[in-house]
Amino acid sequence: MPEPVEFLTVRNRKLPNYKLRFILLILAAVACIMISFVVGRFTICIGDVLQILMSALLSAVYGCISFVLSPFPAIQNTVLGFLSPFFVSVEAWDYAMYSVVVNIRLPRILAALLVGAALSTAGAAYQGMFQNPLVSPDILGASAGAGFGACLAIYLSLGGWMVTIFAFAGGLIAVLVAYVVSRLTKGSATLSMVLAGILVGSLFSASTSYIKLVADTTEQLPEITYWLMGSLAGATMKDVIFAGIIIILGTLPIFLLRWRMNVLTLGEDEAKSMGVNTNRLRFVVIVCATLITAVAVSISGIIGWVGLVIPHFCRMLFGYDYRRIIPAAIIMGGGFLLLVDDFARTIATTEVPIGILTAFVGAPIFAYLLMMGGKRS
Amino acid sequence: MNLCVNDLSFSYGKHLPLVLDDVSFSVKEGDLLAVLGPNGVGKSTMFRCILGFLRNYSGEILLNGVNIKTLTHKQIAKQVAYIPQSTHPVFNYSVLDVVLMGVTNQLSLLSAPNQKHIDMASAAMDSLGISHLRNAGYGEISGGERQLTLIARALVQKAKVLIMDEPTANLDYGNQFRVMCRISDLAKEGYIIILSTHNPDHAFLYANRVLMIQGGKVIADGCPDDVLDAKLIKDVYNVDVHIEEFQSETRHHKLCIPKNGGVGKSE
Repeated sequence: MPEPVEFLTVRNRKLPNYKLRFILLILAAVACIMISFVVGRFTICIGDVLQILMSALLSAVYGCISFVLSPFPAIQNTVLGFLSPFFVSVEAWDYAMYSVVVNIRLPRILAALLVGAALSTAGAAYQGMFQNPLVSPDILGASAGAGFGACLAIYLSLGGWMVTIFAFAGGLIAVLVAYVVSRLTKGSATLSMVLAGILVGSLFSASTSYIKLVADTTEQLPEITYWLMGSLAGATMKDVIFAGIIIILGTLPIFLLRWRMNVLTLGEDEAKSMGVNTNRLRFVVIVCATLITAVAVSISGIIGWVGLVIPHFCRMLFGYDYRRIIPAAIIMGGGFLLLVDDFARTIATTEVPIGILTAFVGAPIFAYLLMMGGKRS
Repeated sequence: MNLCVNDLSFSYGKHLPLVLDDVSFSVKEGDLLAVLGPNGVGKSTMFRCILGFLRNYSGEILLNGVNIKTLTHKQIAKQVAYIPQSTHPVFNYSVLDVVLMGVTNQLSLLSAPNQKHIDMASAAMDSLGISHLRNAGYGEISGGERQLTLIARALVQKAKVLIMDEPTANLDYGNQFRVMCRISDLAKEGYIIILSTHNPDHAFLYANRVLMIQGGKVIADGCPDDVLDAKLIKDVYNVDVHIEEFQSETRHHKLCIPKNGGVGKSE
């Protein structure tokens, strides 16, 4: 075995305890969830929240069991009869309190977690696929494209699924155009990608403005305007379940391919030389990232900065390996957006659109990160 | 194990001039082939063809007799590894992570490296003397250390042909020799090494084969001591040199020394 090579810089560092950091991150996210149930116009103490959630969960389980066993009435009766003493019926709770927790706060909390996780994961994925730490769903124009698609669907009075499908199509077109334009321009790839994204984003924002101009002023315009500012206030359990399924399906490939994403961040040639099918991998990851961005946009409107800032924070805490960044982005993104949403609904008597708050929080943080990055290199 | 390149010609467009014009050579186990030639002469293009990045060339490239056009990137990667010029990375992975990326080829689509792969990476880092950099940031180590990291990654890839694009570019004087020494050790272990360089002395010191390319054509091929002479270097680089010989304790050396500081008036 040769002697260690004597280079001038011999630096090694002790790796941080990533496991501990993950545990702390998860605890922080759980704390955010708890706080979110407690705060609001009604303050509900944590014990009541837990009991209400438990009883809602149990009654859901109860419902499922009775549904599954319904073809066998005899078994159903015995099982339910055996289980019933463990359930506290809904009537035992103050109905208003129950309704606030289960019908209002629960869907909103789930929506915040989903949207935050989706935007951060998409941001981390885009940054890796384009080898560019300065891109994110909003900077690439994906959010603006998805926003335009969704507005178009609202303008055409299409509801539900169609809003999401239009948002997805708009987002995908935006990312593709930004990518192609940046490849055709000369100069620094990092910069031209950002500029192409700004270009595409402003085209789609202009198109959205045009839709606002021609939209029906009594119904469509307020809906579009309020929705564009970004808000989780309108999230219902139905939205959350629908969005949740797609976001999980879209995040899963990114989660499973996260080792290969590391290799692709080294660049096209190096990844190919290591046997990675670069075109297929990049295609799958970009489509999935755009899909989850579009779904997030279609339930919450355009919420900026999360997809840019959270992946950077994840790298500061968990290093550059996508095996850690993706799970960290999911947890941190969800927790962060939930926390910001808590401020959005409690900071003033009227609700502040969350998109405005994320910009106020995200922009200074990002400026700080840029300055720190500048010092390092 | 051998690599044969037969009549390789390539141009970047139908009406553009040929970048590679009928290049032929073959290398076998234990060879360290230094590819010399001025900038923009087609060295990198030739590497890109051998690695399978460019496929619309004419002629054939045979790996153990198999035409690489019939192989996928994954199959080529099992036999040929690429060691690019070490540039500053976009993301500052740890050295261990960078080395581990070499095992990707041996993993199924959705899996990640396990302890066995980490042990392989550690062994490769040991053999190149960089295990002390295991957790250091790849973006924070020196150019020479980065180059060795990339070589360790190629070893982990288990390919027997190593293609190196100017492994000593951007390295300081000492690091150039440290990196070249390790590379020549690998050739002795049975790897096939093809590297491009701008320094004829490196060819004299470490290579057993040299390929001089000019205008896309091979103009000299053989043992460095035999084919590298003052006339060839004058023809290719337009620099007047003396080729000096001297005998050290261990071996006979040739060295290239520029006349009149290199670019004197032509006599």
